[in-house]
Amino acid sequence: MGKRVGMEVSIAAAEAVKQANVDVISAYPITPQTHIVEHLSEIVANGDLDAEFFCVESEHSALSVCVGAAATGARTFTCTSSQGLALMSEITYIASGLRLPMLMIISNRTLSSPLSIWNDHSDAMSIRDCGWIQFFVENGQEVYDHVFISYRLGENRNVLFPVIINMDGFILSHVIEPFELIEQEKIDQFLPPYQPLHRLHPDHPVTMGAFALPSIFAETKKAQEEALRSSMPKILETWKVFGEMTGRYYHPVETYKTEDADTLLVTMGSCSETASVAVDKMREEGKSVGLVKIRLWRPFPFDDLKKATLHAKQLVVIDRAISVGACGPVASEVKAALYGKDPRPSVYNFVAGISGRDVTPSDFIKMVDKAEIEIEEGNKEGYEIYGVRG
Amino acid sequence: MTENLNVFAVRTLTQKEYFAPGHRSCQGCAEALAVRLVAKALGRNVIIANATGCMEIVSSPLPYTSWRVPWFHVAFENTAAVASGIESALKVLMRKGRIPSKKIVTLAMAGDGGTADIGLQALSGALERGHNFLYICTDNEAYMNTGIQRSSSTPFGASTTTSPVGRVQMGQITWKKNMPAIAAAHNIPYVATACPSYPIDLIQKVKKAADIEGAAYVHILSVCPTGWRSAPELSIKLGRLAVEAGIFPLYEVENGKYHLSIDFPKLKPIKEYIKLQGRFRHLTDDMIEEIEKRVHKEYGQLKEKATKGA
Repeated sequence: MGKRVGMEVSIAAAEAVKQANVDVISAYPITPQTHIVEHLSEIVANGDLDAEFFCVESEHSALSVCVGAAATGARTFTCTSSQGLALMSEITYIASGLRLPMLMIISNRTLSSPLSIWNDHSDAMSIRDCGWIQFFVENGQEVYDHVFISYRLGENRNVLFPVIINMDGFILSHVIEPFELIEQEKIDQFLPPYQPLHRLHPDHPVTMGAFALPSIFAETKKAQEEALRSSMPKILETWKVFGEMTGRYYHPVETYKTEDADTLLVTMGSCSETASVAVDKMREEGKSVGLVKIRLWRPFPFDDLKKATLHAKQLVVIDRAISVGACGPVASEVKAALYGKDPRPSVYNFVAGISGRDVTPSDFIKMVDKAEIEIEEGNKEGYEIYGVRG
Repeated sequence: MTENLNVFAVRTLTQKEYFAPGHRSCQGCAEALAVRLVAKALGRNVIIANATGCMEIVSSPLPYTSWRVPWFHVAFENTAAVASGIESALKVLMRKGRIPSKKIVTLAMAGDGGTADIGLQALSGALERGHNFLYICTDNEAYMNTGIQRSSSTPFGASTTTSPVGRVQMGQITWKKNMPAIAAAHNIPYVATACPSYPIDLIQKVKKAADIEGAAYVHILSVCPTGWRSAPELSIKLGRLAVEAGIFPLYEVENGKYHLSIDFPKLKPIKEYIKLQGRFRHLTDDMIEEIEKRVHKEYGQLKEKATKGA
């Protein structure tokens, strides 16, 4: 068992990047991501990591540097939040189209306007369809672990995709948590140096980033789409190998007290821990409530979600982002996953905790109560923004 | 004298082509010629990051490629950042012994829109960080790939599809942005201007720029018959006239010191250059005179810098 220490989550993320022996780091400061790059710059300045570290002039360039470096065969890292992610969104699509493995941690923060530095998932949802493998983690340990998982997975020749770890800004990024650090020898074994299939090098000239006419474009996109879908077994395998190494096993969808539960809360990100406290309380009161946590956002685990919700009568889906003019993005996927089921549970969707507003265990209880009443009264597909004045 | 020698000197160039024939550029495209010469100058030990634009479109229709050297296209505005990534990856991978150590030139290449407009921020960042790379702007003075829209590099008076000649406006109403001066203001070791009408000069500058440790910038005027509304067979002549009239002087800035590559005791009248191009067809004698005054003033300023060696 590795060393157990207390550490700020952003610092632990930076330590993981160091342990992953990353070659090129490129980032631009934005709250609440800054602690990660600050600590990485210290690590490089102290000579504890042999990497090229660049503070570039924008997030757009930060990801562009990573794309150039990854195409040359380097293991690369960047991290951002909110507006920074919005600025680099153009390149997120290109990085996955080019099938370049790399890691980006997003300290999730809301998108303007109004300007706000606080946490929700609206930044991550703005690039939902960019074609990266996307995780939402629940706590600091998961951030640390998924740095290694992401590199090993993305660099697998049967995968070759960039990977995003979404961690809630402030709620995770700025808190001190206990960590079980993994010994370097184990990491080195789990994560050998990156050996690219193709790289930009004069000894084997390749053209990357060619343009496609309509006669071939759709075929290239189909290839990308099928590749991302078929990365699922590799994701499971990587989690399994990691679990065997550390004893910490991860799954695309995880359940908590869902057996025989009539009502299931569905959450993603750090609020899952709070929701589990609420579930405990409701169980104590004799309510038939469980919790389903989504960890893997892309490729979306439709089958796992179906399995996890097999016997439920109703789902209460919590979204941390608004899809203006529609319903919450998580609820959209959940509804799509359940459409073919018969009988099909009702889905009540709350948008909660926008821009860092606290969602406490009692809020989850209130939401479950409200949803149960509404569904009983016939409002089987309700949608509302929770706890807002006016 | 220089000109006569050039005619023979071209034959001494390598016969090898790294930018292969069969690409899709327009007839008389001086940018394709410039790129071909650049590729010859740099040889095989190069990695090219190319911005979106004409050269990307003419050379890389999937599944074909005109490139016999490693070539990478990512987006429009980030070529200097992509090149930064390539250069830093080469550096760190060689340092860590993961690839053999040898000299590989990182070349970033973009048009005037990708350089002076949308790519200026990424370029400035890369020049400031001092990456060991070469940035080449092939300047055809408008967004030709999207259909001849004006850029900040379009010269005063030129008619484009977004600076048209109307009842109250006579083409482009702003003066061409001085990109080499902006690059030089970053205090990088080498800045130069070149034109494929002077192939030996161009090749020598590109080789020099590639050999220099640190960031280098070469700005290449590239005549575009399609956008300039000129005859394809006049591209070489137009490039020469641009230089001879003082509109596009050939010079170098080495460690801050200016040096004119060719100094003309007397500049040719700019009318000789202007009359061959449909984009200037509407210009009145008064406007041509105004342009000429400005050209002479700027040429004088450049000459002064070169004389002082400042």
